[in-house]
Amino acid sequence: MTETTTQPSTSQIWEWLDAVPDPEIPVISLVDLGIIRGVEWNGDVLAISVTPTYSGCPATSIINLDIETALRDHGIEKLELKRQLSPAWTTDWLSDKGRAKLEEYGIAPPQPAGGPERCPNCRSNNVTKVSQFGSTPCKAHWRCQDCLEPFDYFKCI
Amino acid sequence: MTRDEAFLQFLLRMGDNTLVLGHRVSEWCGHSPVLEEDIALANTALDLIGQTQFWLGLAGEVQGEGKSADDIAFLRDVWDFRNLLLVEMPNGDFGQTLMRQFLFDAWHSIQLGRLMKSSDDRVAAIAEKASKEVTYHLERSADTVVGLGDGTEESHRRMQEALDYLWPYVGEMFQADDVDAEMAAAGIAPDPASLRDEYDTLIGRILANATLTIPDSSFGHKGGRTGKMHTEHLGHLLTQMQWLQRAYPGANW
Repeated sequence: MTETTTQPSTSQIWEWLDAVPDPEIPVISLVDLGIIRGVEWNGDVLAISVTPTYSGCPATSIINLDIETALRDHGIEKLELKRQLSPAWTTDWLSDKGRAKLEEYGIAPPQPAGGPERCPNCRSNNVTKVSQFGSTPCKAHWRCQDCLEPFDYFKCI
Repeated sequence: MTRDEAFLQFLLRMGDNTLVLGHRVSEWCGHSPVLEEDIALANTALDLIGQTQFWLGLAGEVQGEGKSADDIAFLRDVWDFRNLLLVEMPNGDFGQTLMRQFLFDAWHSIQLGRLMKSSDDRVAAIAEKASKEVTYHLERSADTVVGLGDGTEESHRRMQEALDYLWPYVGEMFQADDVDAEMAAAGIAPDPASLRDEYDTLIGRILANATLTIPDSSFGHKGGRTGKMHTEHLGHLLTQMQWLQRAYPGANW
């Protein structure tokens, strides 16, 4: 028996996963979001650990499907997706690239202070909370008092 | 009772609380006073249903009969449910819903904090995940209870009525039985009674800010978490929640 001659490296797999967009916020990748917790080969089986952002996030099953589709397209045949709950996902795991892309897209990135630093549209600091919850479990609803645009804020957890 | 039997009961209690409350809260979807509140309640319900999948999924594993979280949620009847009576109480008005949420969130946040130190890694992992969400729920329900309690004459009256109505369902959270003794001995979960002081301090502070008066009565309804006697409300809730599986057994898509 010979090993598969062209087993892609884990860094190659990470690169491929970094091209899979988040289904709800397609400007950032699953890797940017920080939900891919592990990529490893167990023999000829590729094991990917994924952590949910929120327990009930309906995107979770789509995310698993998207990972599977992307990796199959790259020729991965034996794939095991594992759900990892601990350590619990935190917005600290968002990549800097992801944070910048969020703001560019109009979503204020999470801040430890608990609210957006500035309006993602006009950069004003004069912002106010409309609701602690927003269009997806990971966001809250805010409004800019200067340009008057409502915007999503990525909750800091 | 073996340890696994007690563990299964404990997991059903956790999962049925979040399942029944999650369903109750989802009944507001499309009916809330304002859009933002509608979204907030739907998101809270979603978190609770998500947590249910973890608790009941683990319950199915421990039971070892090949049942999924869905099987447990949809294929049992009233007498099999182990949730607190508090969470099956009807929504009433918006104030009553938020008061029920607050009374539950306060207990839930303390309970999950303790469960994060559980001797069972799976329980600790679920608690760690859920705890972050529930901290957020509590922040919101506490703020709303203060806002409405210390609000207008009308909102204050409604919040006091909600507290008077729901208060007799608070005591059940702290009652212990053989299941709890077994879980405490195994270091899996705390003795429910040990949460009471922290709970009273927490809700005492918030309800005082809300200018509301805690009823001077220690009478408590019970029977939910043991499954001995649910209220008439749970059966009605299940007819709706389980309608599809009752009408089309085994339906799948």
